[in-house]
Amino acid sequence: MHKIVAREDFSDVTYLLEVEHPMLAKAAKPGQFVIVRHNEQSERIPLTIADFDRQKGTITLVIQAVGKTTRQMQKDCVAGSSLAGVVGPMGVPSHIGDVKKIVCVGGGLGVAPVFPQLRSYKEKGAYAIGIVGFRNKDLIFWEDRFRRYCDDLIICTDDGSSGVKGMVTDGLRIAFEKHPDIDEVVAIGPPVMMKSCAEITRPLKVKTMVSLNPIMVDGTGMCGGCRVRVGGEMRFGCTDGPDFDGHLVDFDELMIRLGRFRDDEKLALENWSQCNKKHD
Amino acid sequence: MMKNWLWKTGRSAIKSMTKVKKTIQTIPQKRTPMQEQDPIARVNNFDEVTFGYNLEDAVNESSRCLDCKKPLCISGCPISINIPGFIRQIYEGNFKGAYDILSEASISPAICGRVCRQEDQCEIGCTVGKKLEPVAIGHLERWVGDMAIEKGWSNSPGIKPRGFKVGVIGSGPSGLACAADMAKAGCDVTIYEALHLPGGVLRYGIPEFRLPDMLIDAEINKLKKMGVKICCDTLVGRLFTIEQMLDEMGFNTVFIATGAGYPKFMGIPGEFLNGVLSANEFLTRCNLMNAGEFPVADTPLRLGKKVVVIGAGNTAMDATRVALRLGSEKVYCLYRRSRTESPARSEEIRHAEEEGVCFCWLTSPVEIIGDEKGSVCTIRCTMMKLGELDGSGRSRPVPISDSEYELEVDTVIYAIGTNANPIIGQTCGVKLNKWGYIETDETLQTSIPGVFAGGDIVTGAATVILAMAAGRKAASGMKRYLGIQP
Ligand SMILES: Cc1cc2nc3c(=O)[nH]c(=O)nc-3n(C[C@H](O)[C@H](O)[C@H](O)COP(=O)(O)OP(=O)(O)OC[C@H]3O[C@@H](n4cnc5c(N)ncnc54)[C@H](O)[C@@H]3O)c2cc1C
Ligand SMILES: Cc1cc2nc3c(=O)[nH]c(=O)nc-3n(C[C@H](O)[C@H](O)[C@H](O)COP(=O)(O)OP(=O)(O)OC[C@H]3O[C@@H](n4cnc5c(N)ncnc54)[C@H](O)[C@@H]3O)c2cc1C
Ligand code: FES
Repeated sequence: MHKIVAREDFSDVTYLLEVEHPMLAKAAKPGQFVIVRHNEQSERIPLTIADFDRQKGTITLVIQAVGKTTRQMQKDCVAGSSLAGVVGPMGVPSHIGDVKKIVCVGGGLGVAPVFPQLRSYKEKGAYAIGIVGFRNKDLIFWEDRFRRYCDDLIICTDDGSSGVKGMVTDGLRIAFEKHPDIDEVVAIGPPVMMKSCAEITRPLKVKTMVSLNPIMVDGTGMCGGCRVRVGGEMRFGCTDGPDFDGHLVDFDELMIRLGRFRDDEKLALENWSQCNKKHD
Repeated sequence: MMKNWLWKTGRSAIKSMTKVKKTIQTIPQKRTPMQEQDPIARVNNFDEVTFGYNLEDAVNESSRCLDCKKPLCISGCPISINIPGFIRQIYEGNFKGAYDILSEASISPAICGRVCRQEDQCEIGCTVGKKLEPVAIGHLERWVGDMAIEKGWSNSPGIKPRGFKVGVIGSGPSGLACAADMAKAGCDVTIYEALHLPGGVLRYGIPEFRLPDMLIDAEINKLKKMGVKICCDTLVGRLFTIEQMLDEMGFNTVFIATGAGYPKFMGIPGEFLNGVLSANEFLTRCNLMNAGEFPVADTPLRLGKKVVVIGAGNTAMDATRVALRLGSEKVYCLYRRSRTESPARSEEIRHAEEEGVCFCWLTSPVEIIGDEKGSVCTIRCTMMKLGELDGSGRSRPVPISDSEYELEVDTVIYAIGTNANPIIGQTCGVKLNKWGYIETDETLQTSIPGVFAGGDIVTGAATVILAMAAGRKAASGMKRYLGIQP
């Protein structure tokens, strides 16, 4: 059991949980994730470690309510309650190389996960450019955190209510115009977004790391459900990743595989919503 | 499963047994059969397939053992159980005595009696087996093991605390066996397990109808009673490293038993289609996550109506039989060699056949074909013939040209073996061989002093009993390393 010490809601679908796990907080490195079990019946769901506080002994998760489990957690996980299980840190930590100028792009559920990498690059002395995308200005979160570590921050909103009007890919194009000397790009978010970022940087020959989110069960290399095709070869997202070279990833296949359980997910969500209505 | 009435019947059987010298002519000529659930009924439930002996069966079967001078059964047993010894105790009605002898060598007769390949180990050497059917050693072992659980017997004589701290990584049979021995030696033992429940393959792989969870729980509880701590949800290597265990966490010695559960695929086209999965994923979703109960349980499975399982080992048999129980209408099992070469136990193949699995021997898949949505719809196979002997001493299967045909299926399950789990290798300096398995000396010590390894992560995928034997052997080495055993 791991206690939730704080919760913050960024929008009607995005929420933050700060969870007590001193050993994990001590071990966590940028790019790694945990697998969470909400209660004993729950599915095991992977979530990126969006931040960690070694002193307080907590890790931070930023979650988008997309289906049954993440919505149930949105409803039930209040400060003071507990998660049945949190295991990790999983995955190979991101390689924070010696680069002079880095761009970290976060879109959708990738905004929070890209933060620890950005901070590490900055702490290592790189010129750090942040690009984060939201639907509108009311949904912006962590602007202060990003500002603290960014030499240049580009905020993109779909409706233009703040920053650049458009998507993070538009932000990325702007960044390359402003900074022709970018050494490397890190892009985290929905697969379509990571794919588009990789397509922008491919002709520019700028290395682009992405963090993949295949469907997982154990997160220890035991099931192979998380397999992805990278450079034509089979790799396991949990033990070889989650970071991979975006120019080598077969995103189309990943997107099809993410739809593996679509009908079941719909059914689970409907059942759960109905149960909830009865109780309310 | 184990029912009380099993123990209550047949008391009189013992009394009628006169203790004359047994010979091959005087013993019961037929092996005592074990009752099984009817195949038609059992494909609709997850209850254990075999019922186990009752008292009468056990005593009757024990009377078939000739108590040979040179017991070849013992040399066939990977942990050298005193087989004629425990069987004699059953014959004489001293069941606790039988358990005492078994538990000198085995940490769990109830488990081994169910999952060991007795037909290739102890029973193959049985003298009775030269003329008649061999003594049903496994059935007797299981009977004693079940009785011990039922009666709460356990042999952990007064443990003297010694102040040594022992870490065990992985809670499969190898880790459990090592933990038991080290706890008995008075060490403070902690087992770390990455999953949320302990047991390793016993828990997530082997299904309930072959190995009921309560038997694993019974073993785990026995360990807990001896003071062993079990920490689940702990991924060693990532949460802390083995070096940290030794330097910062105060462990005097560590045993690595992380298994070989890293599933293999074949590299043929179509393996990324939806509906293709490893047997490990399939069985884990069902056994560990209860996906068969979706949507009551949260984890989905999406098992199709027409399933093909590739491979013919125990894992493949388990996958086919779970699929049938979850409602698949047609389950094929493809194997590139013939039935004789199949690595599964003959009993498992028989059970699968009785339940309706359709075996395609000498058949290998060449391509999996998907529909427009990216889901499996067809598998293309080729017929094989057996050629010359290969390195493993088995005939090498070669494709027969122009023999390809297609099967319409919606789920493809790979059960063609596993590789070494890479996490420990990625995170500590222990020496690995070229396949990623951990190298050890003859005491099972690794290249890091005080760190031992055993089970599938050293040998590659093997068996429960070999994993347990390795756990005990490592425990011996660890005790010597700590100076508490000469
Ligand atoms: C390495 C990794 C890091 C992730 N980090 C975050 C994060 O920081 N914040 C966040 O909000 N989400 C993150 N995700 C995605 C998150 O795990 C899924 O959104 C979640 O599992 C959905 O569960 P659900 O029951 O609410 O929705 P469902 O209705 O079950 O699924 C919604 C969608 O989520 C995906 N999904 C479902 N089950 C799983 C699973 N077991 N593993 C992975 N994906 C699944 C599927 O594509 C599905 O279409 C991450 C995924 C991975 C693999
Ligand atoms: C489906 C199936 C059926 C089988 N049937 C039979 C049978 O009938 N008879 C038979 O004799 N054998 C059978 N086997 C083989 C047998 O189960 C294995 O050989 C045996 O379990 C190996 O034991 P082990 O202790 O080495 O590893 P495992 O049982 O694999 O256990 C290893 C454990 O370590 C954990 N782990 C891994 N990495 C870490 C880490 N970094 N930190 C913490 N924990 C970690 C894993 O989660 C796992 O629980 C079967 C195998 C399968 C898959
Ligand atoms: S999640 Fe099971 S192998 Fe990666």
